[in-house]
Amino acid sequence: MDTTVNIEQQGGDEVKKTTCYMCACRCGIKVTLRDGKVRYIEGNPDHPLNKGVLCAKGASGIMKQNSPGRLTKPLLRRANSVRGEAKFDEISWDRAFQIMEERLSKIRAEDPKKFALFTGRDQMQALTGMFAKQFGTPNYAAHGGFCSVNMAAGMIYTIGGSFWEFGGPDLERAKLFIMIGTAEDHHSNPMKIALSKFKRDGGRFISINPIRTGYSAIADEWVPIKPGTDGALIMALNHELIKNGLYDREFLIDYTNAPELVNLNEKSSENGMFVRREVPEEEGCFEPQNKLWWSGKEDKAVFTRTPDADPRLLGGFQLEDGTDVKPSFQLLKERLEEYTPEWAAGITGIPAETIRRLAYEMGVTARDQKIELPIQWTDTWGKEHDTVTGNPVAFHAMRGLAAHSNGFQSIRALSILMTLLGTIDRPGGFRHKAPFPRPIPPCAKPPKGPEAVQPNTPLDGMPLGWPADPDDLFVDDKGEPVRLDKAFSWEYPLSVHGLMHNAITNAWRGDPYKIDTMLLFMANMAWNSSMNTEDARMMLADKDENGEYKIPFLIVADAYFSETVAFADLVLPDTTYLERHDAMSMLDRPISEFDGPADSVRIPVVPPKGDCKPFQDVLVEMGTRLGLPAFVNKDGGRKYRDYPDFIINFETEPDSGIGFLSGWRGKGGEKFMRGEPNPRQWEMYEKNNCVYHHKLPKSFQYMRNWNKGYLNWAHAHGLTKYEEPINIHIYSEVLQKFRLAAQGKNPGGRVPPERLRKRVETYFDPLPFYHEPLESQLVDTQSYPLNALTQRPMAMYHSWDSQNAWLRQIHTHNYMFVNPRTAQAQQIGDGDWMWAESAHGKVRCMCRYSEAVEPGTVWTWNAIGKASGSWGLSPKANESQKGFLLNHLISEELPACEAGTHLSNSDPITGQAAWYDVRVKIYKAGADEPKQSYPQFKPVKAVPGMPTKVSNVVARVFGFGKR
Amino acid sequence: MAQLALVIDLNVCVGCHACVTSCKEWNTAGAAGPMTDQSAYDKDPTGTFFNRVQTYEAGTFPNTETIHFPKSCLHCEDPPCVPVCPTGASYKRKEDGIVLVDYDKCIGCKYCSWACPYGAREFDEEQKVMKKCTLCVDRIYDLNKPEEERLPACVMSCPTSARLFGDVHDPESDVSIAIRERAGYQLMPEWSTHPANHYLPRRKTTMNIHQDELIRADNPLKKEGLLSDLPSDKQTLDETTSW
Repeated sequence: MDTTVNIEQQGGDEVKKTTCYMCACRCGIKVTLRDGKVRYIEGNPDHPLNKGVLCAKGASGIMKQNSPGRLTKPLLRRANSVRGEAKFDEISWDRAFQIMEERLSKIRAEDPKKFALFTGRDQMQALTGMFAKQFGTPNYAAHGGFCSVNMAAGMIYTIGGSFWEFGGPDLERAKLFIMIGTAEDHHSNPMKIALSKFKRDGGRFISINPIRTGYSAIADEWVPIKPGTDGALIMALNHELIKNGLYDREFLIDYTNAPELVNLNEKSSENGMFVRREVPEEEGCFEPQNKLWWSGKEDKAVFTRTPDADPRLLGGFQLEDGTDVKPSFQLLKERLEEYTPEWAAGITGIPAETIRRLAYEMGVTARDQKIELPIQWTDTWGKEHDTVTGNPVAFHAMRGLAAHSNGFQSIRALSILMTLLGTIDRPGGFRHKAPFPRPIPPCAKPPKGPEAVQPNTPLDGMPLGWPADPDDLFVDDKGEPVRLDKAFSWEYPLSVHGLMHNAITNAWRGDPYKIDTMLLFMANMAWNSSMNTEDARMMLADKDENGEYKIPFLIVADAYFSETVAFADLVLPDTTYLERHDAMSMLDRPISEFDGPADSVRIPVVPPKGDCKPFQDVLVEMGTRLGLPAFVNKDGGRKYRDYPDFIINFETEPDSGIGFLSGWRGKGGEKFMRGEPNPRQWEMYEKNNCVYHHKLPKSFQYMRNWNKGYLNWAHAHGLTKYEEPINIHIYSEVLQKFRLAAQGKNPGGRVPPERLRKRVETYFDPLPFYHEPLESQLVDTQSYPLNALTQRPMAMYHSWDSQNAWLRQIHTHNYMFVNPRTAQAQQIGDGDWMWAESAHGKVRCMCRYSEAVEPGTVWTWNAIGKASGSWGLSPKANESQKGFLLNHLISEELPACEAGTHLSNSDPITGQAAWYDVRVKIYKAGADEPKQSYPQFKPVKAVPGMPTKVSNVVARVFGFGKR
Repeated sequence: MAQLALVIDLNVCVGCHACVTSCKEWNTAGAAGPMTDQSAYDKDPTGTFFNRVQTYEAGTFPNTETIHFPKSCLHCEDPPCVPVCPTGASYKRKEDGIVLVDYDKCIGCKYCSWACPYGAREFDEEQKVMKKCTLCVDRIYDLNKPEEERLPACVMSCPTSARLFGDVHDPESDVSIAIRERAGYQLMPEWSTHPANHYLPRRKTTMNIHQDELIRADNPLKKEGLLSDLPSDKQTLDETTSW
C-alpha cells in the first residue's frame, strides 16, 4: 500500500475568482481558500486572457500575501526624526484623513497646483486622474513617462493605435514575426501562449535585441543590435522595401496619406503641410478629406478619393498656381535614400546583407503569402469589400525601442514599416484592441494655460492629453511650462504620459515652482523608479535654509515597506490585489482582445490585513471630505459610500451612461458600454469570471481605422466621438506644425522660447529620421564606450517581488552581464567584482560572462537590487549586499546645453525617460575593496505594524503541510 | 504497464519559471509537502523545489543559443536511486512508473541523491528527508477534480504548453507521438537509467528567397514609371542569331 501519498479531499475548500496583479498582465485566477486562508492560486481556464495558464509570479501570489514586508498601519513620521530613517508612529485612519484634509483643503483653496499626485504602475488611472482633475491640480501623471510612452505616442500619432494594452501582433495568422527590444512584456501570458502556438504552426520568429534572453531564446534567428540604433535599422529596412518595390501600393493609396500632396513652397506658412483645396474650420479632431492627389490618369491634381484617379505615389509636380508639390511618399523615399543597409551596418552592428535579407523576408512574405478571409465589410467611403486581406508579417516592440531619446522617431519609422507592408489591423499583422483605433491624435487635450488652474475649482482640461498643434500646449504666455514636470511644454511637447521621472528634482529645485504636498502611490521613487536614485533620495530629505523640507509634505501609499516609504511624512497602508475591488476600466487600460472590447475586475477573496485600506477607498473618502464635485451631491453631502459603490454609480457626465465598467450596465444589466448604473453590476462580473468581453461581429474585427460598421458601432457605444476614417500618417502634419512654429512660420501662433527653437525644429521632423541618442551627443563616447541596459526577468516584476520568499530564490541578486571579450579586455574574470561608471555615477557589482550579449553592451536584471532593510528583508540580504541598481548611473537631466541647463534626460518630443541611452566604462574592482555592491545606504528597520521578528522557515509559518 | 512522464518541448520554453513556482505552490501544501525554505527573508535564501529551470548558453557570440532547461525527477525506468536506498523509502510504483519517496521510511542518508545522475533530488533541511517530483500524484488521480485538471500543476500552468504529460508506454498517447515524430530524447542515455521524461529539441524555421522573387511583373514601382521593360530600340538576341 502506498503510505506516502494520501489523496487529499478537496471538498471543503472554497474557490473564488478574481484577477491577478502580480504584474500588469491581468490574468484571471482561481483562488482556493482553506480556513479562510489562501491555499492555492491557479489560472482561470474560462478567462479570455490567460485561458488557465499562470506565470511564475502569479503562482507565487500566496507568498506576496504572506510577506513580512507588508505595511499594516497608517504611520506618521516621528517628531524629530528625519526623512529616510523610517522612524514612524502608528496613527489611526481618522487622524491620517484629518491630516490630509487640513493640508489639502488649504492647498486647494490657495493654489491647487501645489498638490502633486504621481502614481506608479497602478491600472487605476481612470480614478487617480479624475481625482487630480477634480482637485484642480495639473500635477498628475502615472508611470508611463518613464516606461514606454514613446511606444504609445509614436504609434498612436502614426496609426491611431499601439502595442501595449492597445493592440498587438496577430500571431494566430502571422507567418513571420519580428520582435524588437522586448525581453518580457506587459501582455505576458498571452504573448507566451501565442508565441508557442505560432512556433508550433511553423511560423518564423526573428528577435532583434542586443541580448538574447526570454522570448529571444526561442527565436529562429537572433539579430544582435547596438542599443539605441533601432531607428537606423528600421530606416534601412524601409529603404530596401521601397527600393525593391516590396511595399503594398494599394494599401498606401487607400488607407494612408502617402499619395497626398505636400506644399513645398518654402516661403509659405503652409510649407510642409498638405495642400488643401478648401480649408474649412476643422472641427474636432478628425481629418476632413479635403486634400489633393496627383492623378496618374489625368496628370493633374485631383481631390483625394477621386474614383479611378490612379494617384501617383512618386514624382514632383506643380499646381496650377505654381506651387511645387510632391506626394508625401516621394518625400519619404527621398528621406530614405541616405539610409542604405551599408550605412546602417556601421551604426547598428548588423551586417548589410543581413539587413537586406530581413527586408526581403518581410517584403516577400507580405506580398506572396497573402491571406484572404471571406469576411464582407464596408469602408467609410461606402465601398463594399468581399474579403479582408492580410499580409502576414507581424511585429512587436517595447521598451528597447522606447527608452531612448530617439525612440519616438524610431517608433514612427517602425509604424511606417508596418504600414509599407500593409499590415495594419489586418489578419496576420497588427490588430487593434478597443477603444483603439482612436483619431490621430486622440481627442482628449491638456489645458492650454495657467488660467486652467483656479482655487477650489476642477482643472479646465485633462491633466494628460494628446496635443495636435502648438495651441494645445500647456504653457504660459512666455511659452514656459505650467506643470511641475514640464509636460506639454516646448521642452517635451507631446509628453502624453507626463514626466514623473523629473517631478522630484523639479519640486526640490522649485523649478518651475515650489509645491507643498506630493502624494506618491505605488511608485518607488526613492529607488528603482527614479533615475539618479542617490540624488533623488537626497532631494526627498533635503531642507532649505529655514530647516524646512524642500518638498514640504510627502505622502506615500503602498502595500509594502518599499525604499520610498522610509522618506514619507505620512504612510497609507494599501491592500494587496487579493484584498480589494479593482476595475480594469475601459476609461483606462482595459483588457480588450482583438475581437472586441473587454474589461475586468478584482473582487476581494480575503479581508484586508491589519488596518490596510484600499487606496481607491482612500481617494473616494478624500474626494468626499474635500468636497470635490464628482464625489459629493449638490448639497455637498457624501455621494459614494466607498469605491465599489463609486464604480457602480459614477457616470462620466450626468446620465452619460458611461462609467468605469462597460459590462452589465442598465438597471437590470441588459446593456453594455452605455447604460444607466446597475446596482448588481459587481455580482454579474463575479458570476462571469470577473470579465466582460463583447465579441464584435467578424465584419467589425478588421480594418477598423476605415471600417464603416465598426466606426459606427464604436461611436454609437461611446468609444469614439467621430465616425471619420483614421488614415495612417506616413507624413506627420502634427509634427510639422510644431516645426513651423519653431521656424516662425505660424503667424500669430505660439512659438517656442528662443533657446528651444532649434531643438523643436530639429526633432519635430514630419518624416522619421535617425539621430544619435542625446546622451551620446553630449558625453565623450570614447571615454564611455559601452551601452548599459536592464531587462525585466519573467519571474520578477520590477521591484515588487523581492519580498516574496519563492521568487527571491530565483533572482536573489543580480550580476552585470558582460561579453567575455569585453570583460577580458579589462582583465575582469567571470564572477569578479567590477565597477561600471558613467559620466554621472558609478556602481560596484559582480561580473557574469555572457555570450548572449553583443560586445558593446553590458546589462543586468531590472530592480533586483534593494536598499538594505527594505521590503521586510534582512539588512544582510543578497539583494542589498550583492544586488545593485543601474539607476545610479543614469542622470535624470542632460548635461547643460544650448537648449537648457536642466533638460530632462528624455526624448525631446515625448519626454520618455531615456534609460537606455546611458554610456559606461567598466573596470575591475581592487582586490582590497569590500566584496559588496556600491553604493550602500544606511539600513532601515521594520516599522510599526510589521513583524519585529521574521521567521525564515517559511513552510512552518504559514502552516503548509501536515507534519 | 503504464509509465507516466513529462515530455518537455525546448522549442517553445521561454524560461518563465511558471512550472517552478506552480509546482512549489501545489506541493508545499499538498501531500508531498511541506517544501520548506530556509533563510527565506535573509542572506542566501534556499529552499526545496521539485522543479527548477536552468539556463545555459551555447556557442560564442553572435552564434549564441540561450537554452532554458526545466528539470525535475525524470522517473527513470531503471532508477538508480531505488536500489541504493537502505530502508526501501525510495521506490518505483508498478502501476504508473512514478518514482516516490516514503518520508516515514526515509532516514535522510542521501544515498539516493548521490546515485541520481541528474541531480533531481532535494533534501529538506527542516524535515531531514529526501523529496522530489511526484508528478503531482495527489492531483492526477483526484476524482474530486474535473478530468481536465487531473494533470501535474506544472503542466496546468505552463504558458507555452511546453510540458506534455502522459503514458510513454502507450504508443498512441500524445507524449509517445511527440517523442516519435519530433525526435524526443532522453538525458544521458549512457547511464542506462532509461528516463521516462523526454525532451523535444529546438526546431528552426528558415526562409529562402530566390532572387527572382525580388524582380516581379507586379512591382509597384512600375506604376510610378520607375521600372520599365527593355527599351524597344535595343537589339535582341532574336534579331542577331540565325540558327
